[in-house]
Amino acid sequence: MTGWTADEMMTVAAARALRDGARCFVGIGRPSTAANLARRTHAPDLVLIYESGTIGAKPARLPLSIGDGVLADTADAVVPVPEIFNYWLQPGRIDVGFLGAAQIDRYGNINTTVIGDDYHDPAVRLPGAGGAPEIAASCREVIVIVKHSPRTFVERVDFVTSVGYGTGPDDRAKLGLTGRGPVLVITDLGLLEPDPRTAELTLTQLHPGVDAARAAEATGWPLAVAPSLRVTPDPSPAELAALRLLERQD
Amino acid sequence: MGVIASLPEAVAELVRDGATVALEGFTHLIPVAAGHEIIRQGRRDLTLVRMTPDIVYDQMIGAGCARKLVFSWAGNPGVGSLHRFRDAVQRGWPAPLQIEEHSHAGMANRYVAGASGLPFAVLRGYVGTDLPVHTATIKPITCPFTGEVLTAVPALNPDVGIVHAQRADRAGNVQMWGITGVHKEVVLASRRSLVTVEEVVDELDPRPGAVILPSWAVTFVAEVPGGAHPSYAMGYSERDNDYYLAWDAISRDRAAFTRWLEEHVLNRVPAT
Repeated sequence: MTGWTADEMMTVAAARALRDGARCFVGIGRPSTAANLARRTHAPDLVLIYESGTIGAKPARLPLSIGDGVLADTADAVVPVPEIFNYWLQPGRIDVGFLGAAQIDRYGNINTTVIGDDYHDPAVRLPGAGGAPEIAASCREVIVIVKHSPRTFVERVDFVTSVGYGTGPDDRAKLGLTGRGPVLVITDLGLLEPDPRTAELTLTQLHPGVDAARAAEATGWPLAVAPSLRVTPDPSPAELAALRLLERQD
Repeated sequence: MGVIASLPEAVAELVRDGATVALEGFTHLIPVAAGHEIIRQGRRDLTLVRMTPDIVYDQMIGAGCARKLVFSWAGNPGVGSLHRFRDAVQRGWPAPLQIEEHSHAGMANRYVAGASGLPFAVLRGYVGTDLPVHTATIKPITCPFTGEVLTAVPALNPDVGIVHAQRADRAGNVQMWGITGVHKEVVLASRRSLVTVEEVVDELDPRPGAVILPSWAVTFVAEVPGGAHPSYAMGYSERDNDYYLAWDAISRDRAAFTRWLEEHVLNRVPAT
C-alpha cells in the first residue's frame, strides 16, 4: 500500500519532466494538471501556453477547457488563434508540446481521430486533431502523458493524427519536421523514451512497486527494456499536497 | 451594414437550407442562442463549419440541421466525446453526416485566407499524418522562392458567419475582448454575418485588448443577453462548467436528447 494512486504518480512524474522557465504548449486534461502542478512546485517560471491564444497563463484553479476565463484573466498576452499557431508555434518558439493520446505506437505516433480500420465507418469516432499535429511537428520536443494499456499502446496506430517518428529514426528529417519529436512518454506504470538508434519507444523507468513484466503486458508490442531501469522517486509530501489542492479546487 | 435586428429576424434573413454556416467562438463567446434559433427555424442540409464543434453543434447535428461538418476538433472540452456527433458519424442518426476534417492550424489559416481575399493559405502542417489521405482540401505546394514543399489549404468563405460578442453601439459597431479566437476572421471571411451581443450601448468605451468590427463589416447585430451560455462572455458571465458536464448524460441517449431538445429549444420562444 502506498500513500498515493497510480494516477497521482503519473501526474507527478509528468510535472517533474517540465523544466523551470520552459515555454510549454499545454493540452487540456492530464497535461494541464501536470503543467499546473509543475508551476506550483519546482517550476514557478514555467510558461503555460494554451491553444486558445493565452500565453503565460497563471490559473489559480485548474481550467476545465483550454479557454476558461481564468486563463485569459491571468495571461501575459491573449492573442488570436491564427496568431498562436502561425507566429508562436510554427517558427519553433515553444520548447515543449505536452500531449495526450487515445492510441500511441512503438514509434510514438499518436491517434486521436478514429479507432478501427475504416476511417469512413469507424468503430469509435474520437474528437480529432485539434492543435496536436502541428504541436507534434513544431515544438522543440514533445512529452506525451497517457495511461498504459494494450488498447492504447498499439503496434501501429489506426490513424496517424500526430507524427512521432513515423516508421523509424529517419522519418522526421525526411518529412521536414522541425521539432525533435516525442522525447518522453509518461504512463501510470513508468517512463518510455525513444531508443537513440532505432527511435523505438523503450521502457527506461518504472514507478515504485511496478515491474517490467507488468509494463510489457500493458504494451501491445514486444516492449524493449533499457539495460539499467531507473525507479521513479516517490511523490514527495509537498508534491502530493499541491496536486490534491489543485484537484480539489477543480 | 450592422443592422440591429431581433435574433429570429436575422437568422430567418441569413440562414437558408443548404447554406454553409460557421458559428465560431473558441470556448469563449460561442453564439449558442443563434444555433438554437437555427434549430427552431427548422433549417436542413446545412454545411456547418467550426474549429471546435462542441455542445451547440452536437445539438444542431442531433436536431437534424446538418448535412456536412467542416472541423478540426469535435468534443466536449474537458469532458469527453460528443455523442450526437458520434451517433451521426457512426450510425447516420438522425441523418448521415459527411465530414471534412482538418487541424486547428489549418482551419485558422483557411479563415485567414478567406478574410484576406486569397484562394488558399500556406502553412507547415499535416505532413506525415493521415489527414491528407482522407481530406481533399489539404495539398502540398512548392515555395516558388526556396523550393521547399509546404501545405496549402483552401480559403473558407461561408455564406454566413455568426459569433457572439460583448457589446455593440446603436450604429452596429461591435466590440469584443478576452479570447477572441477566429471571431474577426470568420466575420470578414463570410459573405454575410450576424453578431449577437450581450448588450447594445450608447457608446463603446475603450477596453484593453478589444477587437472592434466596424458596423459596415457586419450584416446584422442582435442583442441577446446570455446568448453565449453555457460558454461565457468575459465581463458579463462565467463559463457554466456544470452544463458541459451534464451534457454528457443528456446527449448519450437519443430519447433523452429529444426530450431535452423539445423542452429547452423547440418549445422556447425567444424574445423578439
